[in-house]
Formats: sequence, C-alpha cells, structure tokens
Amino acid sequence: MPFKIPQHRRILCSLFICVLSLTSCSRKGAGDSKSGGHDSIQIKGSDTMVNLGQAWSEEFMREFPNTFVAVTGGGSGTGIAALIAGTCDIAESSRKMKEKEFAEARQNGIEPVELQVALDGLAVVVNPQNPVERLTIDQLADIFTGKIRNWREVGGEDRPIVLLSREVNSGTHVYFKERVLRHGDDKRKEEFDEGALLMPSSQAIADEIAQNPNTIGYYGMGYSNPTQKLLAIAKDKNSPYHEPTIENVMKGDYYISRPLLMYTNGQPKEIVKKFLDFVLSEEGQKVVRAVDFVPLTK
Amino acid sequence: MNLKSLKEQIIEKTIFLCGVTSVLFVVLIFIFLAKEGFALFKTVHPADFLTGRRWYPISDPPQFGILPLILGSLYVTFGATLISVPIGVASAVYISEIASSRVREVLKSGIELLAAIPSVVLGFIGITTLVPFMRNALNLPTGLTAFSGSLMLAFMAMPTIVSIAEDAITAVPKKYKEAALALGATHWQAIWRVVLRAASSGIVAAIMLGIGRVIGETMAVMMVTGNASRMPTSLFLPVRTLTATVAAEMGETVQGSAHYHALFAIGIVLFVITFIINLIADWAVHRKSK
Repeated sequence: MPFKIPQHRRILCSLFICVLSLTSCSRKGAGDSKSGGHDSIQIKGSDTMVNLGQAWSEEFMREFPNTFVAVTGGGSGTGIAALIAGTCDIAESSRKMKEKEFAEARQNGIEPVELQVALDGLAVVVNPQNPVERLTIDQLADIFTGKIRNWREVGGEDRPIVLLSREVNSGTHVYFKERVLRHGDDKRKEEFDEGALLMPSSQAIADEIAQNPNTIGYYGMGYSNPTQKLLAIAKDKNSPYHEPTIENVMKGDYYISRPLLMYTNGQPKEIVKKFLDFVLSEEGQKVVRAVDFVPLTK
Repeated sequence: MNLKSLKEQIIEKTIFLCGVTSVLFVVLIFIFLAKEGFALFKTVHPADFLTGRRWYPISDPPQFGILPLILGSLYVTFGATLISVPIGVASAVYISEIASSRVREVLKSGIELLAAIPSVVLGFIGITTLVPFMRNALNLPTGLTAFSGSLMLAFMAMPTIVSIAEDAITAVPKKYKEAALALGATHWQAIWRVVLRAASSGIVAAIMLGIGRVIGETMAVMMVTGNASRMPTSLFLPVRTLTATVAAEMGETVQGSAHYHALFAIGIVLFVITFIINLIADWAVHRKSK
C-alpha cells in the first residue's frame, strides 16, 4: 500500500513540530509588569536574597490570599537602580546604598528608607576533635586557596586539610569567596583551591565534618549543632577574635557577616507596610532561619 | 463501510505511533542538546573545552575546562568495571552452570532485588557507612573518593551484567558442553574453554551495558565522590564526574548564559560516550551472527 507512506510522514512531521514548539517555548521572566493595583508588590535586587524573598512572598500570599508579591533577582545594584527608577516597590540589597545612589534617588524624587530584615552570617566549622579554636581571615584565605595544606601550620595536629565548600552556584560559595578569599576586594582574583570538595548541601558539609577530623568547611550560622565546632574569627593578626554568635553578628563584630536590607520609597504604606510587618514578625523571621540566614531575633 | 478494516487501521496506526515515538524522542533530545550545547563553542574553543584543566564556571572570566571531569568519570567507571565485571561474570557462570535449580531461583531474585534499590539509597548507605570506613581503613584524608564511587557503582552495574551474561551463557546449546565433557574435559575446562567462548559476544554486550549504566549514574556518585574538580591522579582521591557537575550546577544557572551552554555541552560529551559504548555492545552482539 504505497499511499501509506506520505501519511506516516505527515504524522511524524506534525508530532515533530508539536514537540519542537513545546521545547523551544521560551520562559518569560516575571517582573516586567509594573506594580499596578494596591494588592501587588514588586521586589527586585540581591541574588543572595532571592530565595529568602520568595520564601517570604509565598508565606505572605498564603496568609493574605488576595495579594500578589513578585520577587526577582539581578543583584543588589539592579534592585537599587529599579527603586530609583520607580519600577519596583522594594529593593533587596545585601549592601548599604552608596551616597551617589542616594543623590540620584533624591533627584528622581525618591526618598529611600532602609530596613534591616535579616542577617547573613557564615560559620567556619571543624570537627570537635580538631584542637584549632580560632583563625584569622588571612589564615582562612590561605587554607581555602590551598597555600596551607596541613593543620600543623595553623597550630593543629599533623593532619592534611580537607576543604569542604558549597557548589559554585550557591550564594554562600560566592559570598565566602568574596569576603574571605578576596578580603572583600572585588579586584582580587583568588579562587578556591581546585582540590576543594564541592558538596551538594550544607547538610552534606555538616555530615562530613562530623565524622572526619581533617575537614574544614563553612555554612550558614543557623546550621550548626554540637557534632561540629565553630571557629572564632579575627579580621587580622592584631584584631580580637569573635565567635559566630547572633549577638556578635548583630553588633557587627563577626567578620564573615552582613546585614540584609530592604529599601522602600518613603515610609512604607498599605500593602508594602503589611508585607514588611510580616517580614519582621516572628513568623517572618522563622522563614529566615528556614532558608539558612540569621534571624534578627532569637 | 468495513468496520473491521477500520479497526485494523486504527490499531496499526497506534502501534506505529508508539514505535516511532521513542526514536523521535531520541532525535529531539539530541537536537535540543546540540542546539543548547553548541552555542558554547561560539565563545569557547572546543579544544579548550575538552582539554582545559580548570573548571571555574562562574568566575570572571569563566574557565570551562572539562578534562578533570572527563577523567573523573573515567576513573570512577574504570574502578567500577574492575570490581563488577569479574564478580558479575563469575556469578553468571555459577548461576547458569553450577548452581542447583533451587539456589539459582534464590540468587536470581536476589540480583533482581539489587537492581531495584534506588541509587539515592545506595548513595546514602555509602555516605554513612562506606565513606567513614574507607577513611579509617586506608588512612586517607577523606573517604569521599573515586574508589567509594566505584564500589557503589559496581553494585549498580552488577545486576545488569549478571542477568544479561547469564542469559547469554544459558543460550549456549547444551550439546557443546556435552561434547566437551565427552572428549574428556573436566567441568571447569568445559565452562572456561567452550561455554564462555561460545557466549563471549553476549558477555561483552553485558559488560558494555553495565558500563553504560555506570557512566550515566549521577546521584550515588555525587554523594560519595567528593566532587573536587582536580585532575585525578589516584583512585583514592576525590574526583568530580561529568554527571555530578550537570546535576549540581544546572539548578541555579542563568538560562542562556555561557555556564548553561557549557552544561549542555557536557551533556553532548556524555551522549557521545554512551553512544560509543552502545555501539561496541551492538557490534559485539552482531559479530556472532555472522
């Protein structure tokens, strides 16, 4: 039956096109639309805070079903620029706004108001059997870039150092690299040693540290438990050592930490105020802990 | 109108569709992989990609050298093959040639059960028992090594190797063995020189399919190999495999970025590797029928 062949081809072709159009269907990012009605909020900014913002928005929308909160990333600078341009209601930022940005905002008739919403603090962790109690940032940088490879060199036992890190895409990985390996200087180019073990989760790091006395790792402060030991950290040789506690982070004494901020235009009103009140509430701060950041209160 | 022939037609078409879909999906997957992966080579030279020794995908400028990852995958696969092939083939011989029918049934269902264990469970068992044990027993800096991955993967490849090799051995005509025994060969000589020779193409296919399973495995490997993208020099050091890299990093890459395309390019490399392995298996099977 020769007439069958074209028919088969037709079926094949249509299926082909159908699947192809499905796969090539591009995803459109949210946040293009400007905040319209009173019941929607546009949040933009820090990539570190995207997950946190999204977790808050989900909880908030569950509690107030008639609201809509859209959260997008792009970086702290992007968020602040959007606030200045008036295209978002809240800018998420993991750094303070610069004087220049304040000036630009005022020119545009925007009055940024800062609110601290959570803290980001990383604990440096070792096995409890390890006698090392404290390290300076220089020592830490040398350890994680592979210059120091034995615990003996920093006052420990004669053991090889096994580095544990998070995956490259994790905000924690990036922050640790910028803050510790590069001493907060974005012109420096230090990288993690290529022998660093990249673990899929903070839990995986915690598990390996708990059973291996050679290891050193880092994770969000909220993660620690008695099977790991947190190190005290000093900015340099001449500075005092500080434990990674919530109090020290809040006072600004602990070096590997930073406040997470939200900026609004003028004092928050209506739905934005409702959202920020939720963020600071006990429930909102519980969300902070759930996504590995440090809540403002215990 | 002839209802019967219409029904025939419908059934025929349906079966035809089912038949072509799997082929169609393979083609579509390949097109998608190629479309996303080859985009990387606009900015990175393929030779630099394949032979570069540094994998720093989000640094500035990013470095996309996957040689340590390819070698990582090969080390883990090599170790797994070394462990699983002798044990797998030996147990296939035992099951098909030596074991009594009762023992055979028990062993066969046991091996099928092994195949049913999800890889994440094996990985979890590995990380809680094998990894600390390896570190203490061999006095290693860490138990998260290529060898731990090989051991876990050997468990996963074993059921494939045993069941296909066993089929191949059982399919050898009984008269071959009988003839060997009649000529005065011992049982072992008959197995080693006659039955295994006759079944060799099926056994090679079994081994290749086992290797294919190993090189594509992700979860257990990611959990126990440590994922350090350093050039591997020993089976007892941490390595990072191709599959683990894609799985760990795909979740949070920006769509359309160079990193995203690099992960798809890794997918192409994996596709090519498994394709070659399947080709060898296919060649081994058809060699016999000539």
